[in-house]
Amino acid sequence: MILVWLIVVLFSGGVLAWIAARWNEAAARWISLAAVTADFLLSLELWRKYSAGAHFLPNGPWLVDFNAEWISIPLAGVNIHLHLAMDGLSLLMVALTCLLGIMSVLTSWREISQRVGFFHLNLMAILGAIVGVFLAVDLFLFYFAWELMLVPMYFLIAVWGHERRIYAAVKFFIFTQACGLLMLVSILALVFAHHQATGVYTFEYADLLNTPLSRGAAFLMMLGMFLGFAVKLPMFPLHPWLPDAHTEAPTAGSLILAGLLLKTGAYGLLRFVLPLFPEASRDFAPAAMTLAVAGIVYGAVMAFAQTDLKRLVAYTSVSHLGFVLLGIYARNDWALEGALVSMIAHGVSTGSLFMLVGQLQERTHTREMDRLGGLWATIPRLSGIAMFFAMGSMGLPGLGDFVGEFLVLMGTYYAGHFGLTVAASVGVLFSTLYALKFIQRAYHGPNTHQWKIQDLAPREALIFAPMIVVLLWLGVYPQPVIRTFQPAMQAIQQFSNAPGEAPPR
Amino acid sequence: MTAQDLTALLPFIVVSAACLVVLIATAVRRSHAVAGLVTVAGLTAAFGLLPAAASVAPRAIGASGAGALVVLDGYGLFFIGLILAASVAVAVLAYGYLDRQEEHREEFYILLLVAVLGSMVLAASSHFVSFILGLEILSVALYSMCAYLRDRAISLEAGIKYLVLAAASAAFLLFGMALIYAEFGTMNFSYLAAQMTAGAYPDRALVAGGLALMITGFGFKLALAPFHLWTPDIYEGAPAPVTAFVASVSKGAMFALLLRYFSSTSAARLHGVFLVFAVIAATSMIAGNLLALLQNNLKRILAYSSIAHMGYVLVAFLAAGDLGPEAVTFYLVAYFITTLMAFGVVAVLSPAERDADRLEDVEGLFWRRPVLGALLTLALLSLAGIPATAGFFAKFYIVAAGASSGIWRLIVLLVVTSVAGLFYYLRVLVAVYSQPAESAEPAPRLPLASGVVLALLGILIVWLGVFPGRVLETVQLAVASLRF
Repeated sequence: MILVWLIVVLFSGGVLAWIAARWNEAAARWISLAAVTADFLLSLELWRKYSAGAHFLPNGPWLVDFNAEWISIPLAGVNIHLHLAMDGLSLLMVALTCLLGIMSVLTSWREISQRVGFFHLNLMAILGAIVGVFLAVDLFLFYFAWELMLVPMYFLIAVWGHERRIYAAVKFFIFTQACGLLMLVSILALVFAHHQATGVYTFEYADLLNTPLSRGAAFLMMLGMFLGFAVKLPMFPLHPWLPDAHTEAPTAGSLILAGLLLKTGAYGLLRFVLPLFPEASRDFAPAAMTLAVAGIVYGAVMAFAQTDLKRLVAYTSVSHLGFVLLGIYARNDWALEGALVSMIAHGVSTGSLFMLVGQLQERTHTREMDRLGGLWATIPRLSGIAMFFAMGSMGLPGLGDFVGEFLVLMGTYYAGHFGLTVAASVGVLFSTLYALKFIQRAYHGPNTHQWKIQDLAPREALIFAPMIVVLLWLGVYPQPVIRTFQPAMQAIQQFSNAPGEAPPR
Repeated sequence: MTAQDLTALLPFIVVSAACLVVLIATAVRRSHAVAGLVTVAGLTAAFGLLPAAASVAPRAIGASGAGALVVLDGYGLFFIGLILAASVAVAVLAYGYLDRQEEHREEFYILLLVAVLGSMVLAASSHFVSFILGLEILSVALYSMCAYLRDRAISLEAGIKYLVLAAASAAFLLFGMALIYAEFGTMNFSYLAAQMTAGAYPDRALVAGGLALMITGFGFKLALAPFHLWTPDIYEGAPAPVTAFVASVSKGAMFALLLRYFSSTSAARLHGVFLVFAVIAATSMIAGNLLALLQNNLKRILAYSSIAHMGYVLVAFLAAGDLGPEAVTFYLVAYFITTLMAFGVVAVLSPAERDADRLEDVEGLFWRRPVLGALLTLALLSLAGIPATAGFFAKFYIVAAGASSGIWRLIVLLVVTSVAGLFYYLRVLVAVYSQPAESAEPAPRLPLASGVVLALLGILIVWLGVFPGRVLETVQLAVASLRF
């Protein structure tokens, strides 16, 4: 039941905030802050209970499980369940969702001054849907939550975004909806294939895992589902929606897009594509990994070429998520752990960078690097924090991103992809370039435009404290995170390796 | 005719009686309120009598040597219920809409009731005679309903266009029926079914020609491409409540009949017929979705979108097994609710002199009239098939039905074209959520009854999208009675 609460709290918080905003806008902000914080505490409590040695439930590698009948069609024998379950992977993702959720409420505290109630309704709806995506283990429910993320995100961009918001919002919506529908077709094809083999209609994840499929059919279904997730990820060359959406969204929107929405794509690959279509994924792995490396290099090079700060940060996401994709398809312990750490670290560091750029834009009303420069002298606090997260993004040892990317490269190397490892390492080189450019052009050098702006107030700077702590923690001692993830990872590997085949080292 | 037959026909009798009451009352003294009330009461009473009719179902009526004219089985009654419920919504919306007009408002309800009667006959028809009878009753009433606001040129144009094209399509249908009758010597669906399944037709060309002509007639009525040319003009020209009726009830009744005819004669399984329908479905999805992109008028956008939606329904129609008819029926239920909502919002926004069907009319609607804006949003999302709306589950069901019978090419086309469809739904949404223009003329006050109907439709859209179980069960029972 606690899993249902996780979602219900967010949605009801959003509705309450919407209603409250009619009388008092501050109340709306406090209500949503309370809702996400409550969720965050819930997820921490779950984590504490789990690391204190909780056991698996008998029906799978789940720590917590909630199953209720939702839509039943007795004549056809179809039962769709409201089945939520949590393992280490979803636990970490939910915790990340809540942490970034808190950040997104705080960062919009001053930025959003119009239509506050409706804004928070949408914000909470996105967060609720994302938690739903991370918890759903009934494929119909999963698809439902997956599509539910779209509409509020669309509104967030289209109503509170920057100059070209409509264009960006429509592009975002159409890209993700198109591939979402392909995913739906794949899910249904899988369900009917399962029905043909066993005579049972089911959307249950655990039941569908061992569906016997012909090689060709499995490959097509895998491809459909893969495309659905790869667009969200985003995988090169399916990324064109991303720079626009990230750039035009309000800060909270960019934060959620980069920190969470992209992760749902990676999560889907881990949770569904690998275990449901093991052989097909193995056949497809070289192609996916090649595209991943292409994305790493392309994203980094494009980021280097940007002059708009937000666009720069947006393109770094393409590069970082390339590492995640690479790790997922290398499929050994190293690579999967690396992919997971990368996901969390990217959420924190890139999310923070978006918040910082948002703060800067609020003060200077520009995101163009050419119009900035030499800001360190006038806003040392903001610049210092930006420096920290830029270092994180470039993969400085001691910070989370480094651990993730290092593990992914190790894993890829061990999986026997020497060429790809080398090429991906070149991408890391480029990430140094864009990170340094970001710092140098905006914060260092002479203050040619005579900027005199207010630095972060201590209270505002304090918001970044948890993000800094998490990033350092991931960089220095990622073991608790990896340990939490391990059983889930083993389950994924167990399903994605053919019987008798040793996992790729 | 036995007492049981009369019980089964009670809904028809009540609607006809209501029609007469309005006619006489209007002749004695004009009163818009009375006409509207009697109409809604009559339709509601007919709806309330459905359980009584169901208690004697299935009932074949008019069983003589020629075979039953109408069959009141679970399937027919389900559609009759749907038609009646939708007509109540149309009547209420029309009341609010016509209340702003100056003169001659009462006759509208007579026409509406006649049209409802025709649709009900269609939904229950199992014979070519009752088919053409129902169709003509419906069409003749619709001509005048389209042209009801006589001082609007665009409305008159719509009426005349509909008259010419509907008459032409009826001619096609009649000639097709004649050819089939010439071959089989019967006009009853189940007799036809028996002969067709036996494969006893020496003259294939005659049957093929007859079916082709009938499909053309169906295509006209359902506005499937390439027979869709009348749709945008009539949607645009007809008063908004009439458009709602044309889009929902008249098409739904026709689809009910199509499903009954083809599933009982299993003619859709014939290779050639399947192919023709597949091509029509494909062209409808493509043409509807692409042409809608070019429109700037809300009603025209919805017209083209309806062409595409009928194409989707046709995909489910072509799916084999039980899932196909179920998906068709469920989709129609969802589509009824959604289109009624969309045109209902247009109707309540319309001032006396014109329909509020330009995109500028809904600009900033969400900020000016939050509730209406939210309801229109819901309708658009449902049309686009976004979760937590009726349209989502309906589309899901169609894809499921298609996947179960392996018509992959049509399914992929459905997916691709509905993505194109997103563009124009989003265009309207963008307008609804844009900054309202300062000079925007204030929309007329929302009549209470219309508000209640719209709110109910909104609840239904969400309910069907989140908990479709109960309705699905009913749909399945209804469709199960289709197999005899």
